[in-house]
Amino acid sequence: MTSRRDFIKISALGAGALVVGTGKINALKGLSSPEEVKKLVVDLKRTPTYCEVCFWKCAGWVYKTSEGKIWKIIGNDEDQHSNGRFCPRGTGGVGMYYDEDRLKTPLIRVEERGKQVFREATWDEALEVVASKMKEISSKYGPESMALLTHGSGSSYYTTLMKAFGSPNSTEPSYAQCKGPRDEAFFATFGEEVSSPEVTDIRDTKCMVLIGSHIGENMHNGQVQEMSDAIDKGATIITVDPRFSTAAGKSKFWLPIKPSTDIALLLAWIHEVIYNDIYDKKYVDMYCSGFDQLKSHVKDFTPEWAYGITTINPELIRTTAKEMADASPAVIIHPGRHVTWYGDDTQRVRAIAILNALLGSWWQRGGFYRPAKFDLASATIPEFKEPAKDWQDIFPGKYPIASMPVSNALIDASIPENKSAYPIKGWLVNATNLMSSIPDRANTIKAIQNLDLLVSIDTMPMEITGWADVVLPECTYLERYDYLRVSPHRKPALALRMPAAEPMYNTKPGYWIARELSKKLGLADYFPYEKIEDLLDWQLKKAGSSLEEMQRIGVKTFDRDYDDLYITEGMQVQFPTDSGKIELYSKYFESLGFDPLPKYVPHPEPPYGFYRLIYGRAPMHTFGRTSNNPNLHAIMSENSVWINPKVAKEWGLKTDQYIWLKNQDNVTSTFPIKIRVTERIRWDSVYMVHGFGHTQKQMTRCYGKGVSDTQLITNVLVDPLMGGTGMRSNFVTFVTEKPGEEVAS
Amino acid sequence: MRYAMAVDTRKCVGCSDCVVACQTENDVPIGYSRDWVVEIMDGTYPQLEEEIRSERCNHCVNAPCVRCCPTGASHIVEGGIVLVEHSKCIGCGACMASCPYDARYPHPNGYVDKCTFCEHRIKNGMLPACVEVCPTKCLYFGDLDDPNSDVSVVLKKRKSKTLIPEAGTNPQLYFLI
Repeated sequence: MTSRRDFIKISALGAGALVVGTGKINALKGLSSPEEVKKLVVDLKRTPTYCEVCFWKCAGWVYKTSEGKIWKIIGNDEDQHSNGRFCPRGTGGVGMYYDEDRLKTPLIRVEERGKQVFREATWDEALEVVASKMKEISSKYGPESMALLTHGSGSSYYTTLMKAFGSPNSTEPSYAQCKGPRDEAFFATFGEEVSSPEVTDIRDTKCMVLIGSHIGENMHNGQVQEMSDAIDKGATIITVDPRFSTAAGKSKFWLPIKPSTDIALLLAWIHEVIYNDIYDKKYVDMYCSGFDQLKSHVKDFTPEWAYGITTINPELIRTTAKEMADASPAVIIHPGRHVTWYGDDTQRVRAIAILNALLGSWWQRGGFYRPAKFDLASATIPEFKEPAKDWQDIFPGKYPIASMPVSNALIDASIPENKSAYPIKGWLVNATNLMSSIPDRANTIKAIQNLDLLVSIDTMPMEITGWADVVLPECTYLERYDYLRVSPHRKPALALRMPAAEPMYNTKPGYWIARELSKKLGLADYFPYEKIEDLLDWQLKKAGSSLEEMQRIGVKTFDRDYDDLYITEGMQVQFPTDSGKIELYSKYFESLGFDPLPKYVPHPEPPYGFYRLIYGRAPMHTFGRTSNNPNLHAIMSENSVWINPKVAKEWGLKTDQYIWLKNQDNVTSTFPIKIRVTERIRWDSVYMVHGFGHTQKQMTRCYGKGVSDTQLITNVLVDPLMGGTGMRSNFVTFVTEKPGEEVAS
Repeated sequence: MRYAMAVDTRKCVGCSDCVVACQTENDVPIGYSRDWVVEIMDGTYPQLEEEIRSERCNHCVNAPCVRCCPTGASHIVEGGIVLVEHSKCIGCGACMASCPYDARYPHPNGYVDKCTFCEHRIKNGMLPACVEVCPTKCLYFGDLDDPNSDVSVVLKKRKSKTLIPEAGTNPQLYFLI
């Protein structure tokens, strides 16, 4: 640490000054002269990266001390994801590198699964075990019996490996446990997804409606920044949430809705804009189909009807509908991101898509823009063989609109009694802690106990690694190259991640791991470049840049081919749907036997003495993966349970008191949780931040702190359309005395 | 020259990025911080109001910490920045007791530490680390003597308040309301 301090001292003298970024500095007096600054910049020690602490993947710079130690991470001004400003998690990314609890060397299990007795192994030995087990599974059951559950940048490598191996079963929990319903609903309506980063044009919006989405607490960097800009420009924010979220505190209107009734509110809004003739008639006539069916469908869904369901004052429903219409088309009914709540989530987000269409916001300024993505050359590899059995065949006819394998279906197919058409016998798990990301833990554990192989690739000893047969320690994003970031945005752009330091301990980058494994499986042709940087250089040269240039600039932004960020008035547009129109009425859903228009269906209510468990995010943490990060743990080390004062009084509960939570299926939290008595939560619900209550002792900082919401989510309402796991369907009660027996996690 | 900061409470989401950025920039030991976030909630469900603000040393014109420092370690430099000379500080804590904003902490190395407005950065024409990083751009910094500085402009445009003005410290951290 002295070295960092020394550096600051040097910096104060001027010898180690950093790059001068924004124009804002001109507001200051006492500037160094430009020549002076230029001279100093040469002394910089910085390397480009894009962040891996969450999926937003902001591009920035890793600064090092004069001794070459990683010091801090700062946003890249050229980057559209971050605009030069990293969020707390990205800024705290250094903690991921310095965390002494990191996985350090490959491990092979020696005792029964879950007992967590491992021996250290060499990479060669560990990969040999993985490869031979994979081959065994393939010859016994077929290659499709290997599944990949993955998250983040490494996903591409392992997906390639799985395809080459002959398995179509590669998926991400970010689909069926998060944004899948949203993607399918927008696809069914507009023929396109809302993408990531979302194509919400918040920067220029006049009105944004957040339904359960808590921007500001979910620190999706670009969106938080644009919301702040919109507030500055006087935009109206409308927040629908049973909890007074941070965003609700910034809103002109807060609708404290009864949980699980959002579809009723949306139908009433649709009713209002149609029957008061305040929808965008021209847009709807020109671009939408199914308006008449929609109009008659919502005829009776008045604000008074919705009041009885949602508890929202009918006048407030009217006022907010008008507010949205006044802003049209510069209005965003935000589609949200984590939307797997009640099992009818695709239909709820369909209602959101329909309301956006009625207000003409799709592909219009201040609504949703059309993204552009850089078309990067890909290396020539052998063609993948068609898999003998496809992922849809595993449970024939189930989840008909799913566009990728459903993680929970793959887990179910690992349990023989579920009688899948073919079994899943091996899991490759990359950078996702299934114990925290998949609800119904007991089911996941049951599936694991039926596997022939569980490989876990991670940087931290997450709970899932404890169940693995082989643990492969990846180095952090600060110690490796990865594929170039090509995410779509307003302008096409490329971003480079390169190592700021050599991998610590005996850890390796994902590309290396996948390639070495491919060699052992006889599939090395699918990874023709021994070094990923040679591939990146080849790709970049094709793109008119080079690795050398990108190492200097980090981000390269290109102009769009066409000026088509928005559609222009009266423009003829063919939408990428079956009909070429925006489909208000979904013939596709109808043909599959599902409601072509969203309907409100009541959901189960909490029993007496129980409260609906609502969970969300804190801006300083990403899921459960940052809980042990020293910098971020220092800011928030545990979660708390939010309880309304009326409820607290009834139970005699006080702020800062620790209690256990027990759910409707008699699952009691392993650890206690601190109470926060607050007016910010409804009396029928409790709230906590997701990602705490870690049971893995190797994560010494976060072990045993707070409660895991996932542990208490045992009742899962699965979306029959696409397989999403609705998780807001659990009710908890309070246990003030320490539960007697050890509760299974 | 008079450096000041304004915090827009309408934009701040309380993410604590200012805290983390300060920590890495200034090598503040884990578990301590030079800046912090305060959330104040008022009302009864569902009539609620919340104010969120990022706080730090107020760099008071009339700084009680400087007046009470027995060794002269706490001092004021150009632009009104209140600093602690670590080598002169004996860690007696008088300044901590006198600060109405609780802006100082005892550094494990034996001295008292606090926000410096990132003096080492502004000298080189950069903004304080917290201002530069803030995703909501709710922090404004600059010279009040310069009518065109960010902080002067925003304070002219918006209503603002200071904390505990009755303490008579003349704080230079403003909160836009």
